[in-house]
Amino acid sequence: MHFPATRHSVVRDLGSVDPAVRTAAYDGLVRSYWRPVYLYIRLRWRRGEQDAQDLTQEFFARAFEREYLERYDPAKARFRTFVRTCLDRFLANHDQAAARLKRGGDFVITALDFGQADAEIATRAPDEQADPERWFHREWIRGLFGEAVETLRIRAAAAGHARAFALFHRYDIDEDGGERPTYAALAREYGMPVTGVTNELAWARRAFREIVLERLRRICATDGEFRAEARDLLGVDPP
Amino acid sequence: MTLSDEAIARLRRLDDRPDFSGTRYELLDEIGRGGMGIVFRARDRELDRDVAVKVTAWHTASDAERLRREARTLASLEHAGIVPVHDVGRLPDGRVFLVMSLVRGTRLDAHAPARERADALRLFDRICDSVAFAHECGVIHGDLTPANIMVGRFGEVRILDWGLAGGSEAGGTDGYRAPEQTARQFDTRADVYALGVILGDLTGHLSPASRPLRSIAARATAADPDSRYPSVAELAADVRRCADGQAVLAHPETGLERTARLARTYRAPLVLVLTYLAVRILLLVFQRPS
Repeated sequence: MHFPATRHSVVRDLGSVDPAVRTAAYDGLVRSYWRPVYLYIRLRWRRGEQDAQDLTQEFFARAFEREYLERYDPAKARFRTFVRTCLDRFLANHDQAAARLKRGGDFVITALDFGQADAEIATRAPDEQADPERWFHREWIRGLFGEAVETLRIRAAAAGHARAFALFHRYDIDEDGGERPTYAALAREYGMPVTGVTNELAWARRAFREIVLERLRRICATDGEFRAEARDLLGVDPP
Repeated sequence: MTLSDEAIARLRRLDDRPDFSGTRYELLDEIGRGGMGIVFRARDRELDRDVAVKVTAWHTASDAERLRREARTLASLEHAGIVPVHDVGRLPDGRVFLVMSLVRGTRLDAHAPARERADALRLFDRICDSVAFAHECGVIHGDLTPANIMVGRFGEVRILDWGLAGGSEAGGTDGYRAPEQTARQFDTRADVYALGVILGDLTGHLSPASRPLRSIAARATAADPDSRYPSVAELAADVRRCADGQAVLAHPETGLERTARLARTYRAPLVLVLTYLAVRILLLVFQRPS
């Protein structure tokens, strides 16, 4: 089974003959993958900050130039596993000095917030840092969800559901020392009935999940991979 | 935006955490989720006991209707192997919830594999008994898998996730789904198919392999429903025949197999007769006049 025509996959667009489509696909891919790639290089390959930043940029630029990722075969692995395998191969073969001089090519990477990623590493206990594969997966999820929350904020504002987003942020995202607010407390805080809170949250959560699935669909190559990722990520079988 | 690990965990697993503040139930933790819904352990404050609460995962009208149908289906079944429903209700956001007994035990797929064939077949017989009872009441499970069969400390069996009372929705789980379920037209023989797969799961690791058992599983999982056992009761009867050392319907025996089976079944009397004959022969030989 393949994606319906209306469902877009950036993974498939990586091989597009249209340079604009291909560049846009790589751009989308970098947004989803730069954090896991960077953290993986820092932790698994034990590279310093500057070195890891250069290698992250270099990996995507090289992938674009040499069409690494176009060789993805959905029958063999999930796309994120393939990216990690390409990354390992890239790092193993990397000639640092020569590569840095050649970095660039036709693909320009947008500014990436490496500082925040480094701050993340600093907050982790050494035993947590010891499993870079888990980091790769977790950061992949963090990137996906972070983008989805931002998209939800924009969509909620445009659709007149700003309060739904605010409640969603307050209940599902904010950190209050581990203690979650009750629906009743939120109802008091926002001056609305408890049923209003549940309905607003239901809207926001449904919209969030739809956005995640939409983005997931874009970064998976096949319907089977998409469904498997959706089950792993949200525990749901998408419609 | 950078989300914390805690926020990610909530967004992954608790995005559908329902609000039970207006009910007698207090949600404790999530104990499972599937295509149809999420199951929570909850406290029934009125009766001061823990229960299982199932809530639809997707808020569509058809899901809600399906869960209500599951409640009605379950409420009509009274059997030790079928989890009873205590309550059904609706949340403020429109989702339906179903309150059931909290089943204690181990999922069949996590249950320690039986060491003896007889133990595995006894367990299978209990599973068949519950399913056959439901069939007699006109209820098809439609999604029998080791994941929704619970085994208690004393080997008692409880079957969960009854939900497809009719044969018009595909349902099922990969590997256990009968071929005809894909076409959304199936009957009780879809459960025979799933049970055939489960029989293989329960006995596949046992050595030596039993050809009659393999034949039973093969017949139960035939692609054509007409080639399967016509009912779960008949499947169970053939498995019992196998357990008792009798010939099974699914496996036409060769003369050698029949002899070997009879020898295994009547091992003790056979040994006695052979011993008797051996002694008689020895006596004849040694008592022969020289």
